[in-house]
This record gives sequence, structure tokens and C-alpha cells, in this order.
Amino acid sequence: MASLNWPRSIVRREDWERAAVRLQAGELSLFGLWGEPRHAHMAVMERETNACTVLSVACDGNRFPSVGRLHPPAIRPERAIRDLVGLEPEGLPDTRAWLRHDGSYQFLPAQGESLHQIPVGPVHAGIIEPGHFRFTANGETIVRLEERLGYTHKGVDSLMVGASTERAAALAGRISGDSTVAFSLTFAQALEAALEIEIPPRAVWLRALLAELERLANHFGDIGAICNDAAFAILHAQFGLLREQVLRTADACFGHRLMMDRVVPGGLLCDLPGDGERRLRTLIAQVRKDLPDLIEVYDNTASLKDRTVGTGILSPALARQFAAGGFIGRASGRNFDARRTPGYAPYDRLKFEVPVVQAGDVNARVWIRIREIEQSLALVEQILTQLPSGSFRTPVAIKVETGVREGVALVEGFRGDILAWIRVGPEERIERAHLRDPSWFQWPLLEAAVEGNIVADFPLCNKSFNCSYSGHDL
Amino acid sequence: MRRLLFKSFVQGLLTEPAPAIDDAALAELAARVNQASHKRLGRALSIREVDAGSCNGCELEIHALGNVLYDLERFGLRFVASPRHADVLLVTGPVTVNMREALERTYLATPDPKWVIAAGDCARDGGVFAGSHACVGGVSRVLPVDLHIRGCPPSPVVLLKGLLALLESVAA
Repeated sequence: MASLNWPRSIVRREDWERAAVRLQAGELSLFGLWGEPRHAHMAVMERETNACTVLSVACDGNRFPSVGRLHPPAIRPERAIRDLVGLEPEGLPDTRAWLRHDGSYQFLPAQGESLHQIPVGPVHAGIIEPGHFRFTANGETIVRLEERLGYTHKGVDSLMVGASTERAAALAGRISGDSTVAFSLTFAQALEAALEIEIPPRAVWLRALLAELERLANHFGDIGAICNDAAFAILHAQFGLLREQVLRTADACFGHRLMMDRVVPGGLLCDLPGDGERRLRTLIAQVRKDLPDLIEVYDNTASLKDRTVGTGILSPALARQFAAGGFIGRASGRNFDARRTPGYAPYDRLKFEVPVVQAGDVNARVWIRIREIEQSLALVEQILTQLPSGSFRTPVAIKVETGVREGVALVEGFRGDILAWIRVGPEERIERAHLRDPSWFQWPLLEAAVEGNIVADFPLCNKSFNCSYSGHDL
Repeated sequence: MRRLLFKSFVQGLLTEPAPAIDDAALAELAARVNQASHKRLGRALSIREVDAGSCNGCELEIHALGNVLYDLERFGLRFVASPRHADVLLVTGPVTVNMREALERTYLATPDPKWVIAAGDCARDGGVFAGSHACVGGVSRVLPVDLHIRGCPPSPVVLLKGLLALLESVAA
């Protein structure tokens, strides 16, 4: 079944500005904002109807009206457009370079009595990605946090230009290694939408299987790491073991622990082997046996809950304004999951719930992950039961010579919704592609969530968000 | 909690036996490791991990080295928070232009004797990002590299084999 494509319309400047006003008013949600020479594009969704569109505006004199002027979530994407494409968003409130690091960088000043600054990074103390955090603190309390990202900027958008579909798929799978399945899936769906390729039903279902395994592995890792940042080592060890078991099963079934390059345009690289179903059912049974005890320990350890409850609260209003995806949005009342809205196969034929809570603290983000683990376990079982037979891959080629084609896809990774927009030219070469990680609209919220917390709770807040550096920096 | 602790107690040790040391890594290291430093370090090495622009895939697998099945610390290998405490820099990623200076400064902050391991295909030659205007491409373009560990990403077992080879060469 071919993926549903989003319509794209080239609009006049007035209509572009009107969309910015509607974003500011909360009538639209921003799903992506990117540029190419002479055009700026934005993907939006109507709040009421969930209708998705891509708007494009011609940039006469390399300029276009800033969306960030009215709608703050657009500021960082517009700073990136200035850096990468050279277009000038007119009226952009913050014109400091973002992904291009040249010369000095002026952090915004914080004023008040007894304030001091703590610079952290780009090389952090743990085994994590590089980024810089500039804290302004009063004693132990964080008054202000300013992030500076872009350290892992690899020039993905420009590497995509002119790439073959195989090479572009390999790049997409390495935008954020923890979400390699989700990124490969988003890329493949967008490409298949562009080329109007229908992939075999078995491939559709197997892709969902891989995506749910990836979600499980990451959620296990995250919960363990959050507990570790509260100095609670036993749950870190136990959840680390669960994660390792998922990765080993993935390796045994698909030949790669992270399942990198397994989702390819046209289907999958390989089929589920003969003993795959048995291995997966054993894994699910093992997790179901071990998990309740761990959840019980998390929920009944006062010293641990003392660290997570009420820490790093993200308000529902901000989650809504930034259209924050994944567990960050759903822990702050935003009921959105790309598997449901706009939705894609095979999730329309699977039973699952989308957990949502309002509290918005670290504890809420842990609980959303726990609930999502339970849902993913059930989804894997349903997929195994209903898995259609047949082939797992179809050749990727343009059936008739139709010139330039475009495709858009929105896929729910473990961290939230990933957007891909692709334009394919002759001989299936990528003319332009942009993949937007959920972190673009989550990172800025971390700055808000840590305000008023103590510096020592920052790792806990940061881990509960677990935004991607590489996915954001592109 | 009590039930979990009891279960952990009765099920015994989950940690798996050490893998065989990687011969290719030993050969690469033989040419580089300075004899004079052997005695100074004994059988313990402190490692500072530096992500020089990886996709985070390598970090996930390096992280896994610390889980109960691989238990890196039993070999005397441990990750430290500062390059000033480190003997080894474990570097990943295609070295982005934006990380180059931070990587160089991390190296300069690491006391001698020190070794550099480039982990993953990106750290080897830029991997899929080779040729990008935003990447220097390969750790050896910036720092002297003592050992390359291949893989995209290298699995924990592959990483462990490389690290044990370094330990063997240094402490021989």
C-alpha cells in the first residue's frame, strides 16, 4: 500500500504570513520549516481537522517573511536556514548563527543579583553527544539555561543533494543512531509516496515490528539512565539488561543490533528468519515476566520518586505551542501520536492506546515510557499473529517517466514524530531532502522545564527529555 | 525491592566470559605502544569518550559495555568524566568542523602517556559522511590514532576485543 502524500502549495507572501499568524493563534501546528535556494518550505497541520500541508514561498532577493517573528518554535529552524541555505527570514528576532559555528557566540545576558554562570560542554562528563549548556544560577537554582547546539552538524541536507536512493537511505539511517529504524522508515515512506510505489503487505508489517523493537530498546535504556541519574544503580542495571536482550534478539533476527539499514526503500533488506517468531515471543515473555517487579521498585522507592516527582515540569501550554512530539508532549497533555494522526499502515489495523498525562514532570515522562513499553509489547505480539506472508521487498523504480516527484512522510519514532520531505529527479536521484528530528521542537522546551530547578537535577531533566543532538544538528 | 534483590542473588552472575583478544588490533598496536609506559600503568586504563560528531550509534554500543553482561570494569577499564583523568581517548564520529577544536583541546588536556582509539567507520575515514563540507573526516586527520575499531557501529564485543588488545599491549 502506498503512503498517503501531503499536498504542497506554492503560496504568495501574504498567505505565508497568514499561516504564521494562524500558527501564533494556535490554529496550526508547525511540523517543519526548511529551505532550499530560492524557496522556503513549512509543514503544518490544522489543529481542528488534522489536515496536513506543505507551504512554499518564493524568496525574491533571497528573503522571506520570518515565521519565528510571531511563532517562537520557528526561530531555530530559521536560524538554521540562514546558515545552511543563505536565505534571510525578514524580522527574525534572533539572527545569531546556529548550525554554522564561526567566531565568537554571544550568549544572551541574564541580569540580577548574585548570579553566576556555569558553562558545560561540548565535551560532557558522560558518554553522550556533544552540545553546550550555559547555565545562569543563583546559588543552586537555575535561573536560566541557554543551549548552544550544532556541534554534530555533518551537512546531511547537502550530502543528500544528488545522492542515489541507496546512498540517501544510508544517510537517513545515520541521522540519529538511536532512531535509525524510524528515520529509515520515514525516508522510505516519503520516497515511496513520491514514486507511488506500493510495497508488499509483509514489508509494511515487518517495518512496524522493527519500529516497535526500537521503541522498546530506547525506552528501556532511557528509564534505566534516568534512574542512574538519580543514583539508583539497580534499576539502571536491570533496565540495561532488558535493553541488551532486545538488541540481541534484533541481531539474531535481522543481523544488526540497532537494525541499521534494515528498512530500505521498497521494503526490507531481509525477511524475518524461520526461528524469528519464536525468538521474539521468548523475548516478549521474558520482558513481561521481569518488568512488573522493576516498575514496582520504581514506583515504591521514596528516595527515587523524591527526585523525579515535581522535577522539570513542562507546562501543557508550551508543549502545545511547540507541538512537542513523543513522551515529552504526551507527558504534558498533548495527545498526539503520528501512528494515529495522520496515521500509517499497519497501525490502522492494530489495537493500541496512546498514553497521555498532564503532570509534565520527570516522573510523568518515565510513566509515559512505561505505558508505551506495555503497548509496544502488545503490538509486537499482534504483528507476529497477523503477519502476512509473501515477499518482503519490491524494486524501486519510476514506472513511467514523469519527471520530478515529491513525497512527504510523518513517522512516530521512539522520541516523537519524524518528518521527511523528498524531491526525486531523473534516474531516481535525490534533488533535495530534509528530515526533521522531533528534537527541533523539544530542545527549546528543556530550557523552560529546568528553570527554577537545582543544577544537580539538570541531568535528570535532560535524560527524561533525551533529545537528539545529531538528529537536530543534521 | 526485596524480591528483586533476592532474585538477583539467586540467579547468580549474568556477566559473560571475556572475548578473545583481537589479533589485528594487537598487530596495529604493536607498532605504536611505547615500551617505556608499560610499567607505569599496570593493568588499569581510564578512558575518556569523545563524540566528535557521531550519529550516537557508537555511543549506544559503548554505553552497553557497562551493562551487566559485558561489565567493562572487571578488566580494569573504566570511563572517566574528564580528559585530565584519562589514559585513553575513545573517539567516535567523522570529526565535524564544529567539534574539531573541542577534540584537539580534549587531547591536549589528557596527560601523557596517552592513546587514541578511533571507534566506528566514521572515525576511521568519515564513513557515509566522508566528503561533507561540515566534516574533517577521520580522527587521524586531527590526532595521532593508535587503534582503529571498525563497525557501524562496532558491537560491544568488537569494542571489548579492541580495548583488551590495548590493555594487553600497554600492560605486557
